[in-house]
Amino acid sequence: MYLLKLLSRNALRHRLRTGLTILGITIAILAYGLLRTVVGLWHLGVERSSPTRLVTRNAISLVFSLPISYRERIRQIPGVRSVSYGNWFGGIHGDEKYFFANEAVEPRSFLELYPEFVLPPEQKEAFIRDRKGCIVGRKLAARYGWRLGDLVTLKGTIFPGQWEFVLRGIYSGAEKSTEERILFFQWDYLNETLKKTAPRRADQVGFYMIGIDRPDLAPQVAQEVDGIFRNSLAETLTETEKAFQLAFAAMTEAIMVAIQIVSYVVIVIIMAVVANTMAMTARERMGEYAIFKAMGFGHGYIAAMIFGESLFISMSGCAIGVVLTFPVAHAFGNVLGDYLPVVHIERTTIYLDIAFSLLVGIVAGIFPAWRAASIRIADGLRRIG
Amino acid sequence: MAVTREKPTAVSIRNVSKSYWRGSQVVPVLENLSFDIGQGEFLALMGPSGSGKSTLLNLIAGIDSADAGAIIVDGVDIAHLGEAQLAAWRATHVGFIFQFYNLIPVLTAFENVELPLLLTPLSRRERREHVEAVLDLVGLTDRMEHYPAQLSGGQQQRVAIARAIVGDPTILVADEPTGDLDRISAGEILGLMARLNGEFGKTIVMVTHDPRAAEKAHIIRHLEKGVLYDVPP
Repeated sequence: MYLLKLLSRNALRHRLRTGLTILGITIAILAYGLLRTVVGLWHLGVERSSPTRLVTRNAISLVFSLPISYRERIRQIPGVRSVSYGNWFGGIHGDEKYFFANEAVEPRSFLELYPEFVLPPEQKEAFIRDRKGCIVGRKLAARYGWRLGDLVTLKGTIFPGQWEFVLRGIYSGAEKSTEERILFFQWDYLNETLKKTAPRRADQVGFYMIGIDRPDLAPQVAQEVDGIFRNSLAETLTETEKAFQLAFAAMTEAIMVAIQIVSYVVIVIIMAVVANTMAMTARERMGEYAIFKAMGFGHGYIAAMIFGESLFISMSGCAIGVVLTFPVAHAFGNVLGDYLPVVHIERTTIYLDIAFSLLVGIVAGIFPAWRAASIRIADGLRRIG
Repeated sequence: MAVTREKPTAVSIRNVSKSYWRGSQVVPVLENLSFDIGQGEFLALMGPSGSGKSTLLNLIAGIDSADAGAIIVDGVDIAHLGEAQLAAWRATHVGFIFQFYNLIPVLTAFENVELPLLLTPLSRRERREHVEAVLDLVGLTDRMEHYPAQLSGGQQQRVAIARAIVGDPTILVADEPTGDLDRISAGEILGLMARLNGEFGKTIVMVTHDPRAAEKAHIIRHLEKGVLYDVPP
């Protein structure tokens, strides 16, 4: 208790210096927490992948399509529960800056395969019945103020033209992390239009989504799918949904690595700042440490005073930083809601915040503690007066 | 550890030498010094600056080490103690009084005095009793919750004296205890030290430049160029 009282009073001796150091740590913890959260969000698609879903695409590249006729052959493979299909549409609504994902899907099989997109039964039926119907996520509807029955227009980029849809459903995510900013419309509408405007592109799908009975069947089913279409005009590449999402994430991996490096650099910088504060503190108090030693206090007590003060500062900054991380992340999510899915601070991030703060406190105290322990009492006393 | 028992002698200095390095030069400070300090004695060490007074005081207090010789305090040759043993020895045998009081500024008078007792097995209640007793002795009961900055120089030095005696040490070492005080405060401090020596039989070794301070001591010794004299050389 005495030691705690002593080190907390010592820490507050230079209130401005300590306050600024704590502020620095708070900002570092905030920055680290937010950067790590952004990196985590980037991989959210990977984490929310289902182990019982596979994705089949053209083996050459995702930009090449596959014949619709593959669907029946895939369905016959043992272990396959259901098969759905779709095309990435890439349409733009209004301002290009506010892009949102939009896909053409076969509605019935798609909604069965993706139960995380939750629709009221009547809206689901309305979507399935209306060939020009579409559904959007709750957040997207809120963003544009759309209501059921509204006409939604997309400007095609991959599939040129003005595409009009009637909003038949607004889905919500089964989980917090489910993406709620996608527009899905009927693949048949796309295909029928293409038959009229670009017949060579009709009856082609961008990808198949395969539901399997058990996760352990994934390698076997994937092998069989690709085996069937080997040496055909459109060879396939089948992989788990997780692997498929990882491939997307890998395209931007360099940016993510850069962000991660920056987040660690922030920690190193703040470590230097706290170390400097502690070095200054220890230098000023060398005489006091000498008095403690003269009275018979050992190196351990002196080191405990220095490490304690260093940890007091770093953990105070950490505590404030962690508490502020939640409202700041919330505000961050509001500002960047159009680009990022739900901003969620993971528990691991908080644990890492605490671990790094402990590390900063300990590392910053090493040199001053060593100096204080090694100074001769007579030399230390000479610094006073 | 060499242990001897000479009851009437509190401190025995035998053939002690000490020198410092200044750059590449060796500067001798104390040369083959031998003398005794009796139990309950009040010794004043005088001499010009650089004569080695403070160095000798530091050696007696166990905060510096001699190059050669033996320093036997209360039967223990402290020159042969390891660092940890020496720290433990200082905690129970030496009370320090410094020129600039050297109180811990973030602790109250009470807490400053309590500091040395943290190294003892005393309970919190026992520590409080001890601290209150010594603060009463130095006349600062009403200032025990004050911080050093809220006290005058004389009061701070009295707190320092209370801190030095609270553990009932074998010897009190005082380095210019009145050097930073006005005449009245200096008189009070010297009176208090004389009382500690007279009433409580404390052995005191005091370094001072001030002849009036030295007058309070039983014995005055003069140190010049590392050699001890009974009268100024």
